[in-house]
Amino acid sequence: MSTTIKPVNQKAWFLILPVLICVAFSAIVPLMTVVNYSVQDIISPERRVFVGTEWFAAIMRDEELHSALFRQLTFSLSVLAVELPLGILLALSMPAQGWKASAVLVIVSLSLLIPWNVVGTIWQIFGRTDIGLMGAALQGLGIDYSYTGNATHAWLTVLLMDVWHWTPLVGLLGYAGLRSIPDAYYQAASIDGASKFAVFRYVQLPKMRGVLMIAVLLRFMDSFMIYTEPFVLTGGGPGNSTTFLSQFLTIKAVGQFDIGPAAAFSLIYFLIILLLCFILYNWMQRVGTQDKEVGHE
Amino acid sequence: MGRGCCCWRRFGAGGADMARIELDLAHAYAPNPKQDSDYALLPLKMTFEDGGAYALLGPSGCGKTTLLNIMSGLLMPSQGSVKFDGVDVTQASPQARNVAQVFQFPVIYDTMTVAENLGFPLRNRQVPKAQIHQRVGEIAEMLEMSGQLNQLAANLSADQKQKISLGRGLVRPDVSAVLFDEPLTVIDPLLKWQLRRKIKQIHHELKLTMIYVTHDQVEALTFAEQVVVMTRGRAVQVGTAAELFERPRHTFVGNFIGSPGMNFLNGVACAGGLRVADTVLPWLPGQSLPPGAVKLGVRPEYVTLVAAQTPGALPMQVAQVQDVGTHVMLTARFAGQTVKARLSSDAARMAQGDTVWLQVLGEHSCFYQNEEIVA
Repeated sequence: MSTTIKPVNQKAWFLILPVLICVAFSAIVPLMTVVNYSVQDIISPERRVFVGTEWFAAIMRDEELHSALFRQLTFSLSVLAVELPLGILLALSMPAQGWKASAVLVIVSLSLLIPWNVVGTIWQIFGRTDIGLMGAALQGLGIDYSYTGNATHAWLTVLLMDVWHWTPLVGLLGYAGLRSIPDAYYQAASIDGASKFAVFRYVQLPKMRGVLMIAVLLRFMDSFMIYTEPFVLTGGGPGNSTTFLSQFLTIKAVGQFDIGPAAAFSLIYFLIILLLCFILYNWMQRVGTQDKEVGHE
Repeated sequence: MGRGCCCWRRFGAGGADMARIELDLAHAYAPNPKQDSDYALLPLKMTFEDGGAYALLGPSGCGKTTLLNIMSGLLMPSQGSVKFDGVDVTQASPQARNVAQVFQFPVIYDTMTVAENLGFPLRNRQVPKAQIHQRVGEIAEMLEMSGQLNQLAANLSADQKQKISLGRGLVRPDVSAVLFDEPLTVIDPLLKWQLRRKIKQIHHELKLTMIYVTHDQVEALTFAEQVVVMTRGRAVQVGTAAELFERPRHTFVGNFIGSPGMNFLNGVACAGGLRVADTVLPWLPGQSLPPGAVKLGVRPEYVTLVAAQTPGALPMQVAQVQDVGTHVMLTARFAGQTVKARLSSDAARMAQGDTVWLQVLGEHSCFYQNEEIVA
């Protein structure tokens, strides 16, 4: 044990003050405002009543919320299920070098540069049965397509729109992962007599793990918070078929001005995203990095 | 291609399916090479005998890895052909050639265990599981990795990973040849020495054709029966360690092999002997060269301290004396030219500026014109 006493110097606390102030104004203060709303019934600017956890309890029992959450989960999982394999396929088929690689990169990233509401508008027109390319084509094929009238069609159109908009992101991330694999890995695999699939399975996929993990998290979070595109395209309809969580929240907070329940719900919403990302991230970190316990037979 | 499956009929008997490799080729990475410097490999003709241990030795960028990749089929030569046992395989893939290759940096399959990594080349060739298991066990034992078979390869250290790469190269007993591309670069010195001995031992046991690329002359000379010395895309000499030491065919070989390299003295051949500056060193009986400029090459090990006026000796000014314990390294100058001599420690004490007589022309002398040996 050391007998010397360290000189006490608390000045270092001042150095973290700027960060503390930034974080306070960007995150803590707004978040606490929401917490504040969530435990009060605000009747008018002058009249408010403390209600405790009442709003939370009410929101948790809300049937509409349950169905919105279910729709949201189905949508986000579908987005991952389609965009991930498609993005990997895209990355694998992109040329590695030369002018073709540059050209393909630019073309692929085009959809990522389009603002959300414009994407919604594009698809609104694209799906119209009178002048839209897709809508008219489907009509021509004898399918009674209508994204405003048919719930399934609306849902599929929103999914397709998201796939069109965001698959390039997964593709570009995967492409970056692929380009970072040293040639020696391909050479060794070729010497070892690995088939094309074995090269994908044992060289490319493991090496893309890191970037794909980022892709999964980004796409999951983004799709879980999707708002603008379905709002512009279908407005959440027909019925509630494409009303996802953030739109549900907006209707509550801005439309009906139920500030208390909306605040309670946004906190729950935030915790759901946090929890799911935590689980997803930990699971992906672990998959394929553990020593196998079974024998090597 | 038949994916080399046919060879497995002989697996049980432990027979190896080796090949004599004949090269007659040149390679340029860019199309339409015009001058020598456009070539990564200048036209060369070479034969690697079945079951031999060869080393490709040369400085970085001399084309040794290019040559190795051409043999394994990773690279197609821009002209000429590669033959295995007389069959042209220039267009054949590495799988079809059935070669094994170990790379400079460890290549392992991250998601596989050590055992799965070692067995991967066999699994791809549809070898029965029991045989894979047995063979992987043998290789692991040889590499002293038996205890780690079920560990995930990605969690191991760099030299452990390189041992796996080596093991993957040796796991197939029926390969045509095993090619090593500076495989011990990332391994620490003690283990390096053990692994080199191990590879040599495997060569003796299995009689596999092994070709080993390195820039380390000790590694090359101790490993190989035949060393190919390369520089600037050219194979300048193929020979045993002794041949490379005694009669370097090119001044580059003289310089590159040995530590320090061979001494070269510029002189002019004339009727009576070799004239260096204004001194004429008389020919030994039987020695003679056509008149003209010539370079005298002599290894520092063969430069000896002699009495004044001895035929074949030059009076030289001592420039530096380094006592390395086992021997003394003497650097001396004569008419602007430098000679290094490796003398025994008990050689007469010398100081800088002294004049000593050093014998440079003797039985072990070589003569060079245009950097090539003439006598």
